[in-house]
Parts: sequence; C-alpha cells; structure tokens
Amino acid sequence: MKFLNKKNIFNLILILSIYFIVEFLINRGIIDSYIILNIVVIGVNIILAVSLNLITGITGQFSLGHAAFMSIGAYASAIMTAKLGQPFIVGIIAAALSASLAGIIIGIPTLRLKGDYLAIATLGFGEIIKIIGLNNDYIGGATGLNDIPQYTNWTWIYFCVVITIIIINNFIKSYNGRACISIREDEIASETMGVNTTYYKILVFTMGAFFAGIAGALYANYFYFIRPDSFGFMKSIDILVIVVFGGIGSVLGSVVGAVMLSIISVFLQNIPELRMVVYSVILFLIMVYRPQGLIGKNDLRLFKKRGVLNGCTHSK
Amino acid sequence: MEQIIQQVINGISLGSIYALIALGYTMVYGIINLINFAHGDIYMIGAYIGFALTTFFKLNFLSSLIISMLLCSILGVLIEKVAYKPVRNSTRIAALITAISVSLFLEYGMMYFVKPETRTFPELLPDKKIHIFNTNAVLDFKNLSIIVITISLMLILQYVIYKTKIGKAMRAVSLDSDAAQLMGINIDKTISSTFAIGSALAGAAGVLVGVYYNSINPLMGVLPGLKAFVAAVIGGIGVIPGAVFGGFFLGITETVISAAGGSLYKDAVAFAILIIVLLVRPNGLLGKNIKEKV
Repeated sequence: MKFLNKKNIFNLILILSIYFIVEFLINRGIIDSYIILNIVVIGVNIILAVSLNLITGITGQFSLGHAAFMSIGAYASAIMTAKLGQPFIVGIIAAALSASLAGIIIGIPTLRLKGDYLAIATLGFGEIIKIIGLNNDYIGGATGLNDIPQYTNWTWIYFCVVITIIIINNFIKSYNGRACISIREDEIASETMGVNTTYYKILVFTMGAFFAGIAGALYANYFYFIRPDSFGFMKSIDILVIVVFGGIGSVLGSVVGAVMLSIISVFLQNIPELRMVVYSVILFLIMVYRPQGLIGKNDLRLFKKRGVLNGCTHSK
Repeated sequence: MEQIIQQVINGISLGSIYALIALGYTMVYGIINLINFAHGDIYMIGAYIGFALTTFFKLNFLSSLIISMLLCSILGVLIEKVAYKPVRNSTRIAALITAISVSLFLEYGMMYFVKPETRTFPELLPDKKIHIFNTNAVLDFKNLSIIVITISLMLILQYVIYKTKIGKAMRAVSLDSDAAQLMGINIDKTISSTFAIGSALAGAAGVLVGVYYNSINPLMGVLPGLKAFVAAVIGGIGVIPGAVFGGFFLGITETVISAAGGSLYKDAVAFAILIIVLLVRPNGLLGKNIKEKV
C-alpha cells in the first residue's frame, strides 16, 4: 500500500490549507481572542471525545472516568512547564505518558469487569484521583495550581486535534481496530475466535488515556489555572455526552458532537441561571428522539466509495 | 471504649441514611437495570419539602416526614412516566444519559427556584441525650429517631415486598420481566410502584438528613447519591438486604475513618472499597453469582 496516494495528498493539502487560512485570519485580527478561546475549548473536547469514543464506542468498554486521565495530563504538564520550567513539548509528552501509565494501571484490574460494573469502577477511580489531587499540597490542593504559562495556541491545538483524529481513525480501520469492534459486538465470541481481549482492552485504555492526557495539557496551558474540581464526575459525563450525542462508535460523530455541544454551551452562557436546565432538556430530547446520536454509526470516510467498516451493531 | 461506641452510633445514623437511599437505587436497578442517577436529587427535594413544611407551614416532624414521602413518591412516578418510559427500550447508555439529564434538571431547576445558598433546617426534635452504660458515650435523640424510623421503614418495605401482591409482582418482574408479563403482571404498574416506594424512602432520608445536619442546599444530593449507589453495589445491586448492609457498612467505615483522622480521604476510601469489592466479588458481597450463558 502506497502512503502517498491521491487521497492522502489531497487530505494533507486540505488539512494544511485550513491551518493556514485560520492562522492568516488570526494574524489579521479577524478571529479575536474570544473566538480562539472557544476554538481551544472545542479542540480539547474533540480530543477527549474521540479518545473516549475509542474506549466506549469502538471497544464497548463503558468508562465514566475519562476526566481523570485529562486531570493527570493537565497536572503533569502544569508541573513540567510551571514548576520545572520545561518547554511545552516536554509538558505534552509528560502529560501523555503519565496519563497512559494511569490508563494501564486502571485498565489491568478493571478489565475483568463488564458493562455497568466497569462504569462504576472507573467512576470510583476518577473520584479517587480527584480526592488525591484535592489533598496534595504540592499541586495546590483544593485551591488549585495557577501561573501556568500559556503555550497553547492555534498551531498546537489544531495539530494535536488532527494527529489524534488521524491516529485513532487509522487504528479503528486497522486489523487491531477490527479486533476491538469484535470485542464490542461479542466478547466471548471474539475470544473464542482467538482475539486476545485482555491485550486489546488494555491497549485501548492506554491509547484513550494518552490522548486525554494531551487534551489535559492543552487545557492547562491555555487557562493558566487548574484545580481538581474541574475534572470530576461531571466532566467525565460531559465527555460521554459528547460521544453519545454525536453517535457512539463514530469518529465523525464525536467531532460533530464536540463542536455542536461546545457551541450550544457558548450560547447558553447568556442565560447563566437557566443554563444547566436548558442543557438537560436538550440532552433529554436528544436521548428520547435520537438515541443513536446525530451522526449515528456512520464512520469518518470522506473519500471512500464503498465498504462498511463499522459493520452493523446492536450493542446492549 | 466510649469513643468506639460513640463512633458506632454516629456510623449507624449515617449508615441508615445511606441505606434508605441505597434501597431506592437497588430496587430500580433490580427491576429495569437502570442506574437512576436522579435518585440522589429526589432525596434533595425530599429535604426541601420537609424544610418548607416545617418552616412555612409549621408542621411537626412526623407529619412533614409523611407528607414529604408522599410528594417524593409522586415525583418519582412522574419522572418514570415522563423520562424513563420513552427510553426503556433504547440502549443502556442512552438510558443512563437520560437519568443524568433528569438529575441535572432537578438540581439546577431547584437551584433556580430556591437559590443556591445553604438553608438552615429548624430544630424539630428535642435535644435530649441518653448516656449508654453509664459512660460518656451519648445516644442523641436525633440519632435514636433516625435509627428507629429507618428500621421501621425497612420492616414495612420487607412486608410490602414479601407479603403483598405488588411485592410479589416486583420480585417476578425483576427475575424475568418477559415471563412476568406472560403471567399477566402489569409491567408498567409494577415499575411505577417500584419508583414510588424507592422515591418515598429517598424523601424520608432527605427529611432525616435535614434534621440531623440542620443544613440543606440544592446540590446536596450529588455526593450522598453517589455514596448510596456505592453502598448498593457493595452489598450487591438488585439485592434488598445487600443495600441495607452496604449502607450501614459504608456509614460505619466512613465515621471510623473520620475518627481516625482521615476525614479528608473518607470519600476516596469509600470508592477504594467499592473497587476492591468489585474486583473480588463483582456481584457484591451479598449478591448471587450469576454465570453468563454462552
């Protein structure tokens, strides 16, 4: 298979031209700092949603603790850049590695659990990590860590998002991705067919955590200030909502869901006292009238003519 | 010695509240396999109803408890009819997110009406203290009434589940809802009554916690809700004695840890116990081990 085929070159040109157009608009001052702030929020949400989609949507492992990985990444990067004065790239690498280590640590014991029980266990892990953060004085405890240098800009956020989407999308379409889909469809059957389910579950947990850590680093190095409360149970739910809202199991759905929900919450900021009430009603209406999400099961395949990769699904 | 007795008394009072909420979780989970995240918020609304009745209508403790239970059970049935019935046949994850949206709606809708600040619950029970075994360990009248009310509610629940027709229907539906339907059991009615009973217990817990801690706020349901859920899972979700056991177990563990000086980590320990129990016995300590059919 050739890497530089027509499709890949076309995609590369598309990706680069979007980058340069937005960069040009930022330099000309047409896109102001408020829009950039929202772009950063959307980008972080896309990375989080796509990486959770790999765990929950593709492999069928119901996780309610994704914000914990983000928090580990955010703190790792904040310590690296603010306390140790390292450049941002070191912060991102430290964030990704420490979060994926946490992914391995959480993945190994809990992968014996299934369905709701796995969700509860990951919820518990998320809360434990939050409480450890709240009681650790080195990272500021409940008051949080501030004075984090602001390194995240359009370039970082854009290329991190693009790389995340490319890697996860390619992973899903590879041999390994098909193995993961088989685990989602029927774990016992896929194990019988020779799929090493333990290996794949740890692999996706680690991969998901890796990218969530990067999202955490981008978040920490944009907002100057982080505290453990921002990465609690509600943040994990927010990410899960994005995944389900867009269409569980679909990368394109996660991207669309992240963009849509971020835009909705920007508009809801105009009515602060009723924001969450309206948000919950929107959520409820989506779940009742379109439980499969906005995009459904359609996969991200811009220039593909035929072939169904995601297959038919009837996940419980 | 008196320290230990004192902590056990406090632990049992806290545990009763967890157990009352956990019963609602476990009943709903047993019957429709849904983690009802809105349950903790019904408990919060129960506390507010109790607050309104005692402060504005000057009712006494017992009548406000009963009215609060009644109103909460109506609310529970309403939530089931409006929100959970339409998603009963969709995926688990869609039902879970619906439950979360209901929970957010109750929390922030309540916050819109009653304002976010903490309110002080009036003193309803006489401030009497009983010394146990002539030591300095005190059994407060509040603790005593919480424990007595919890135990009598549990006995009533036990009676309803094992001696009445509706209880029999509930047990049948939780065992196999399709077969129960074929035997002529009205599923909708059974699910509604499960929600009614569970929500009434949560409402009672809300009033009791208001009396016990004297302060209520619109987000008070989140953490006790999660903890009660943890208690239900520790005991074995779907198993009624398991919820009671888990509630008391968690309450006593928590007070003991606080007494030992680890109050900052008490929530973390609760979740750590949960994970250990899940890893060792995924169906809970009192749960039955169900083998998966291939």
